Amino acid sequence: MKINQMHIKRLSIVFTLLTLCTIGKEGFAQSPQEKGLEIAKERKLRDRGWGDSVAELTMVLRNSQGQETERAMRLQGLEVLDGGDKSLTIFDEPKDVKGTAFLNFSHAKKPDEQWIYLPALKRVKRIASRNKSGPFMGSEFAYEDMTAFEVEKYTFKYIADETYQNRKMFVVEQTPVDEFSGYARQKVWIDQERYIPYKIEYYDKKNSLLKTLELDEYTLYLDKYWRALRTEMFNEQNGKSTELITHEIEFKTGLEDGDFDKNSLKRAR
Amino acid sequence: MTRIVSKGQGNPATFALLALMFVGANSAASDIEVRGSAVIEQRYFLQDALYEEQSRANFSVYGEAEIYKAFNDGDDSISFKPFYRIDQNDDERTHADIRELIWLHVGDSWEMRTGVGKVFWGQTESLHLVDVINQTDSIEAIDGEDKLGQPMVNLSLIKDWGTTSIFVLPYFRERTFAGVDGRPRFALNVDTDNPIFESSDEENNIDWAARWQHSIGNWEIGLSYFDGTSREPILVPEFNDESTALRPYYPQMQQAGVDILAVMGSWLIKFEGISRNTTAEDYRALVGGFEYTTVGVFDSQFDLGWLMEYQYDGRDNTLLTPSQNDLMLGTRIVYNDIDGTEILFGIVQDLDESNSRSGFIEASSRISDNWKWRLDAWFFSSDTPEEPIYQYRRDDFVQLSMEFYF
Repeated sequence: MKINQMHIKRLSIVFTLLTLCTIGKEGFAQSPQEKGLEIAKERKLRDRGWGDSVAELTMVLRNSQGQETERAMRLQGLEVLDGGDKSLTIFDEPKDVKGTAFLNFSHAKKPDEQWIYLPALKRVKRIASRNKSGPFMGSEFAYEDMTAFEVEKYTFKYIADETYQNRKMFVVEQTPVDEFSGYARQKVWIDQERYIPYKIEYYDKKNSLLKTLELDEYTLYLDKYWRALRTEMFNEQNGKSTELITHEIEFKTGLEDGDFDKNSLKRAR
Repeated sequence: MTRIVSKGQGNPATFALLALMFVGANSAASDIEVRGSAVIEQRYFLQDALYEEQSRANFSVYGEAEIYKAFNDGDDSISFKPFYRIDQNDDERTHADIRELIWLHVGDSWEMRTGVGKVFWGQTESLHLVDVINQTDSIEAIDGEDKLGQPMVNLSLIKDWGTTSIFVLPYFRERTFAGVDGRPRFALNVDTDNPIFESSDEENNIDWAARWQHSIGNWEIGLSYFDGTSREPILVPEFNDESTALRPYYPQMQQAGVDILAVMGSWLIKFEGISRNTTAEDYRALVGGFEYTTVGVFDSQFDLGWLMEYQYDGRDNTLLTPSQNDLMLGTRIVYNDIDGTEILFGIVQDLDESNSRSGFIEASSRISDNWKWRLDAWFFSSDTPEEPIYQYRRDDFVQLSMEFYF
């Protein structure tokens, strides 16, 4: 009897504890906003530490009749841990813009800082980065689609779990904080295992679907960093598309801050 | 040192030879980059010419190449950029130049450029007051944005507090002017063979300049100083038995300049100011205004930009200075299409003489990956003989160019 009572008491304590835990878990359950933010933070965290990279890219622009033109460019990126990342884009083709280079300092809370170098005039021009919703090189990518992902640029909302391309995904909605973004919201499919996006839907200011980005050929670098070597942006409203193909990408090449200033912009080759 | 600008024939061969030698000397190395452009231009004037030597139409071709080689892991590089134009009517406009032949060495937080090069200083669009290192190749285009290569030794220090550049300029380049057959041109011929220099060293006077430039948040700030031969000549009428000509007089000058750009949302605020002292005159000049851009206007993919700049120049002698109290208004339309189509319209109105103004259109678009068309048009109007553009009053023209890039 005694033993039994003891057992029951113990059991009940265990039970109470268990119940408390369950209640606790439900009582403090994450809101969709918190879960969305947590996924975004994890996405950014898992990509920390890549340092710098140099990539060779081709952009294939297609109109609704399927006609194609190509752009060739090189992209240098620098991770800045306590601020926004920096990037330098050098255009190789078409030939009339060869040598034109674009420098971007991505910022989470204030507008990005941007400069363009015009080689014929030897002139570095500051650009008003508020005009971020404009097309990048006549493509279906906007300038803001080309800049680094920063958690502080959006508010988040977890929508659902979904299977996409036979992989388990979180579907998260992200709303740009900047009122000058060209988008009302974006819907992102994020891989539950790797925390990388496989698909992004962009909704225009009228909240209708404008573009869909599909990210393919994910390759693992330095055993940690996933990069999509083939991404394609489909404009759902005009039938055009732009494919961005990465031919080569190299990490930790030794680039530093001094390689991302107006002087390096002028010497960019 | 030999004169780098040469007129007429004879020099393309030298240039070709130079280019060949340059390529030949390096042909063992594989990574020489060669690129360039060849352009054909047809100009058509809307009115009969003022002077009998001039024509209604003009055909012109030019070519520019860039040969580039980097070595020492990219810490050193040499860039060579020859230029050559052949003009149907104007012998002065048929000319060659070395736009660039420069060795660049990049150190840890410094850069050194030695040779013939080009630099640009400033922020405004309608006028480039602080930009005084390179001479203007003014027979190339009416906007004065084409420059002759400038011999220089340039050291730049790149620090957290900005980039400081020092220039030693050991040789002076004379400004180019249209010949008697050229159009547009001044009423009197400019005698470019007989320039007058204030410096007894003439074109060998050693000029120097310094500049500091920095980005602070939304601001771009530049301060500059130049001491040497003025790039801008005073044209002195000279009378002899047969004719009257203008002789370019190049005084010594000291110029302090400031250039500022501020990003304020979709607005770019731009300003340049100079204070120039010469033996002829001390004066100040400024240009300032804004550029405002809206993207995706009227639900299209177009960008629409508005430009307004006010120009002031304190000089009394205005033959080379149309900008003493003028206002420039412009519109830039960027189509954001695959062909990179852009159109810029502008008008510069004299605020003292309401009948004096000039207008321009610049449009361009790609035809293929290598070909591009360009349309330039200029319109001049003035009833005031004292105004510089009065001399161009019958020289409205439209010019179509076909550009090939390789």
